Amino acid sequence: MDIQLTEEQELLRSSVQRLLRDRYDFDTRRKIVATDEGWSRAHWKAFAELGLCAAPFAESTGGLGGGPLATMIVMREFGRNLVVEPFLETVVLAGGLIEDVGSEAQREAFLPDIMAGESIWALAWAEGRSRYDFDNIATTARHQGDTYVLSGTKAAVLGAPWADKLIVSARTSGGPRDHNGVSLFAVNRHAANLHLQGFKTIDGRRAAEVALMNVQVPASQLLGTEGEGVAALEACRDRAIAALCAEAVGAMTELNAATLEYSKTRKQFGATLGSFQVLQHRMVDMFIALEESISLTQHLNLSLSAGEPHGSRLASGAKTKVGYAARFIAEQAIQLHGGMGMSDELNVGHYFKRIASINVQFGDPTYHLMRFAQHEQSKVTSDDVRKAASNQR
Amino acid sequence: MELSLSKEDAAFRDEVRAFIAENYPKAMRVPNPETDLTKEQMLLWHRLLHKRGWIAPLWPKEHGGPGWSITQRFLFEQETSRAGTLPPLAFSVTMVGPVIYTFGNETQKKRFLPRILSGEDWWCQGYSEPGSGSDLASVRTKAVRDGDHYVVNGHKTWTTLAQHADWIFCLVRTDTAAKPQAGISFLLIDMKSPGVTVRPIITIDGSHEVNDVFLENVRVPVQNLIGEENKGWTYAKFLLGNERTSMAGIGRSTRYLKRLKQIVQTEIAEDDPAFTEFVKEIARVELDVLALEATELRVIAQMSRGIDPGPAASLFKIRGTEIFQRITDLTHQAVGNYGLAIREHPFSANHFMPGPDYGHTASEKYLNSRKLSIYGGSNEIQRNIIAKAVLGL
Repeated sequence: MDIQLTEEQELLRSSVQRLLRDRYDFDTRRKIVATDEGWSRAHWKAFAELGLCAAPFAESTGGLGGGPLATMIVMREFGRNLVVEPFLETVVLAGGLIEDVGSEAQREAFLPDIMAGESIWALAWAEGRSRYDFDNIATTARHQGDTYVLSGTKAAVLGAPWADKLIVSARTSGGPRDHNGVSLFAVNRHAANLHLQGFKTIDGRRAAEVALMNVQVPASQLLGTEGEGVAALEACRDRAIAALCAEAVGAMTELNAATLEYSKTRKQFGATLGSFQVLQHRMVDMFIALEESISLTQHLNLSLSAGEPHGSRLASGAKTKVGYAARFIAEQAIQLHGGMGMSDELNVGHYFKRIASINVQFGDPTYHLMRFAQHEQSKVTSDDVRKAASNQR
Repeated sequence: MELSLSKEDAAFRDEVRAFIAENYPKAMRVPNPETDLTKEQMLLWHRLLHKRGWIAPLWPKEHGGPGWSITQRFLFEQETSRAGTLPPLAFSVTMVGPVIYTFGNETQKKRFLPRILSGEDWWCQGYSEPGSGSDLASVRTKAVRDGDHYVVNGHKTWTTLAQHADWIFCLVRTDTAAKPQAGISFLLIDMKSPGVTVRPIITIDGSHEVNDVFLENVRVPVQNLIGEENKGWTYAKFLLGNERTSMAGIGRSTRYLKRLKQIVQTEIAEDDPAFTEFVKEIARVELDVLALEATELRVIAQMSRGIDPGPAASLFKIRGTEIFQRITDLTHQAVGNYGLAIREHPFSANHFMPGPDYGHTASEKYLNSRKLSIYGGSNEIQRNIIAKAVLGL
């Protein structure tokens, strides 16, 4: 369904566009990525001043009430400009979790700083052997008086080196792969016995391995109900996917435009690339892949806004389909740019790397294909099967 | 996936749904409606729709259309296709009808339109020739003026259901000296005219849908010329635009996917590695359908707001046909050994066909659906259209 933006949404979009056009061109971005820290606090401040960090949150929590659609609008523009600042990590993941399952006191303690751009958060859920399953973790949290004691190692935590706070998932009960028994904790990133080993990611961001060696966390920092962390993370993943799909759509939009533009000017054999039918048809398929991705991304964000049932199945479906589409477009964009596409100087390769990274975050297309396929809604009922089976001579 | 509907539109949808449930002829529920029905059986539903005033959704009210909004038209299309009803003959209602009311004179409108609506006249399409497939402008069938008549000589081919036809609308060359597109006229020819011969073409699935039509010194009254002489190309292109609407075929693909799932569940054990392979492939196609459906709804929403969808029809044709071909391919694979068998034509319940009922049409559907990416402007032509109209190549 096509979204006709409201006046407010249109204003949000045009103001993000203006800010990024004026202050986040590709050269600026390159310089930001090359700094020691790898991100720009000044730009983050500017985002917050524009209200972006408050945009999706409900008005009752002090936000602007924009919901998933506001996130979609912001993330699409961030995707077009390859913004590296941790909007997804701080606002969508951590902010979303706090708003969704946090207590009144936690919301009041954390959300104002997030919305004001004062604090940076990261979500530490993955582990060395967890792959994409929230329940497959070995980190533990022992309840001891007024505290929980956390031990274990979280893997590839995006944005952790920049963060003031981490949300850490740890097992409070049950065995590996038990759906119940995983809990979430808001942990001070500078807490004693918490060690970070930072590294660069393929798309120019920073992440860290996070080792927790008997880290003491006050019981008041338990986020949501004890033992129900997986369900909270699953809902969080749906929101993350909706945001990542929008970001991918932004990147795909720029790749298609750049490729088309290049094909109209670059000449070989005395003719522009765009005059060759085999390349025309390739670019038509890139166009179709983008159109379908826009449609699914809008559909997903509308479904999440409306709280429709089976939104999680749709999220997995979109992650898969948009993931395939983005990979196809990114690979073809490099191919059609020829040798230039391989050059670090051109932005094309950087979009490619961001898309490769998106396709890993929260599960790759194959993982979500199986999750989509195994959802109850994807299966025919046993009644249908009986009917088919009896339909024999 | 549903369009968000107003109360009136929802009531309309329910009305359509109920009408189909109560009235769709049982005689038309045969294994393969496209090939197994007699002319009289095919017309049963047409006549019921005519009586209800719903036979020509696209037509303006003054010519006998129902006066529906874009949303209502879409809902009608969605409901009829979800219910698996056989669409009324497109050559009559969707193709030649609009050409006649748009470019024909008053006499032609009065003479032909009511008989199209009622189903009294069955039309076929005289476009393709042995030397003119996708390159329609190269038609060679000649019409030479002789007093009040044209004398027509030529050979039309791939003429669908010409064996039932009362009339054929033809592209004929009236000026051999002009540029290919400039010398073509649009002529209506009575199939009972002396010199018209129909010869069946049996396609690879064994069915008789298409024909050769030979025109030898056929005398056609000049009153049967549509519009102006040598302006036929304009009318032909107008008609092709209509032909390509609603080729996304979401309802049909959804029905066939559900059946494919039933077959896989019934035929293949869950611990067979092939089962997982099918589950993955089916999920991929299901996501393709989902993305196309979301795109269709997005275009419908745009059109309702008065936005020109551009060559969206080409996108629907490409993806809709690719998807359905894939489904028939997977279905043929899923029936296993019985994929070796094929029904005999013409269909008779007396012929022996081995294996479960649900597999009986798998072979012929797989074979027959190869045509989808060829007819109505091949998918390569559709890509050319998008390359030119959208990408500006």
